Amino acid sequence: MPKSAYGKMAASGARWSEKAPRGIVTAAALSGIWLMGFIILFLIKEGMPILSEVSILDIASGNRWYPVSSPPRYGMLPLFAGSCAVTLLSCVIAIPFGTAVALFISDVCPERAREFCKVSLEILGFLPSVVLGFLGMVVLAPWMQAKFELLSGLNMLNASFLLGVMILPTIATLSEDSLRAVSQSLRDASYALGATRFETMFKVVLPCASRGIVSAAILGMMRSVGETMVVLMASGGAALIPRFITDPVRPLTSTIAAEMGETPVGSPHYHALFFMGCLLMLFTCLLNMLVMKIESARRAK
Amino acid sequence: MDGAKLKTESLSMAYSANAPYALKDISVDVAENSVMAFIGPSGCGKSTFLRCLNRMNDFVGGVRVEGRVLLDGSDIYAPEVDVTALRRKVGMVFQRPNPFPFSIRENVAYGQKLLGERNKSRLDEIVESSLSSAGLWEEVRDRLNEPAVSLSGGQQQRLCIARAIAVSPEVLLMDEPTSALDPLATARIEELVRELKKDYTVAIVTHNMQQAARISDATAFFLMGELVEAGPTTGIFTTPSDPRTEDYITGRFG
Ligand SMILES: Nc1ncnc2c1ncn2[C@@H]1O[C@H](COP(=O)(O)OP(=O)(O)O)[C@@H](O)[C@H]1O
Ligand SMILES: [Mg+2]
Repeated sequence: MPKSAYGKMAASGARWSEKAPRGIVTAAALSGIWLMGFIILFLIKEGMPILSEVSILDIASGNRWYPVSSPPRYGMLPLFAGSCAVTLLSCVIAIPFGTAVALFISDVCPERAREFCKVSLEILGFLPSVVLGFLGMVVLAPWMQAKFELLSGLNMLNASFLLGVMILPTIATLSEDSLRAVSQSLRDASYALGATRFETMFKVVLPCASRGIVSAAILGMMRSVGETMVVLMASGGAALIPRFITDPVRPLTSTIAAEMGETPVGSPHYHALFFMGCLLMLFTCLLNMLVMKIESARRAK
Repeated sequence: MDGAKLKTESLSMAYSANAPYALKDISVDVAENSVMAFIGPSGCGKSTFLRCLNRMNDFVGGVRVEGRVLLDGSDIYAPEVDVTALRRKVGMVFQRPNPFPFSIRENVAYGQKLLGERNKSRLDEIVESSLSSAGLWEEVRDRLNEPAVSLSGGQQQRLCIARAIAVSPEVLLMDEPTSALDPLATARIEELVRELKKDYTVAIVTHNMQQAARISDATAFFLMGELVEAGPTTGIFTTPSDPRTEDYITGRFG
């Protein structure tokens, strides 16, 4: 009872200048959430109608993506496979490399060189993806084509490599943060038991930072899933399920980017593209939830 | 003193080329199977001294060490010395308990695994005997696979002692091992230290003079990087020969 009386007094006594900032922040936050909800609803509303044209089974298992042939085919399996393959390969490239870079910066390189390494990583992170895609097209592709005698250097390996370069700074920077967060006292404990520097790095520092490294890897993966420009430029664009890493692929993102401009609004093709958007969103949401789960477990420790 | 296990001869040390000496011309003997306490106000170089004895200061770039540190008569700073082997012989327990965020078993087995011991039953034996020596076995025998950080502070510190013991050291260095613990846990560790000297030579830093008086056979008093005096504990505490020692132990500064 006294508590509520006090609350009332405070509310009536608070001046406009104190309430205003709070109101503005709340309004901004609410409108942000509202906008988010609106975008999601819009995506779903524009994506779902495709299910009245073709069954979800045909979409999920269909091998052919011929949206403008007659009759049109909306099999998204090759596109989905392309997205997964490119993302996984980029992670296979970037995760070990990014972790190694992080370990180097946190535990190997001398104090003075550390800032230089971190700045270089940041600069790599600033590279616009279109620049990377351009490098892939004019440098990497011709080189690969000649070196491995391929039909085209624009393929899964090329795109994955570029994506790997793109997500490397994310993975390395975040991993480095969690490696540095491992207390010096644990390193000391290890050294005092006769461990070498490398034993300490691999048997203490790395395991202690493992959760942080996993979430860094997943965040990198999320960027890789959603990246469009690099894959549009370098992946070759063939809607085929890749059998080999040098096959061309057509991931979901680049399909949307390439076809959205040329399809009539409201057509089944248009709805199919939005459906892909929903898929991508679902995928990144799941990855994000995984990261949040790992992070909360880490804090709970 | 005869039978010195560990001995420093004119040990001086500076943290970098142009830093002042953190230790100046220290010569002490630590007798085998005894407890030697190092006391002095904070910042006087006790930790620095201890870390010279297992070469933990090597990690600080640019340190200068002069003089000699002899373990069983041979200089641990000689160029041919294998530092990792030295650190196994001269174990260390730190000021704050620092168990690895692994299981209790993994913590104790860590050092042996580094040595390449893979035999499970051999490892189990070592884990049990080390935990027993550290007075922790009865409390944790049923929860060896639980995370070490779930133990209380005092238990964690005893776990760290067990972890150090598990690689069969000859000397144990302890840097204010009870400063982060409550009185009960402190008493437990003190009792343990008195037990440990049967098998190990112990050098312990403390800024608690009663503790030094209770557990040590010999005491050394440091002041501003210098050794003021060292000798049998009873002598230091009853008839100190240097007025500064007397001022310190009677609480006139520090
Ligand atoms: N890593 C280091 N680098 C430079 N100076 C240090 C370092 N560690 C300790 N010192 C300095 O050495 C002196 C002795 O410190 P320390 O050995 O920690 O004292 P104590 O353990 O007796 O409190 C202090 O002046 C401290 O500032
Ligand atoms: Mg200290």
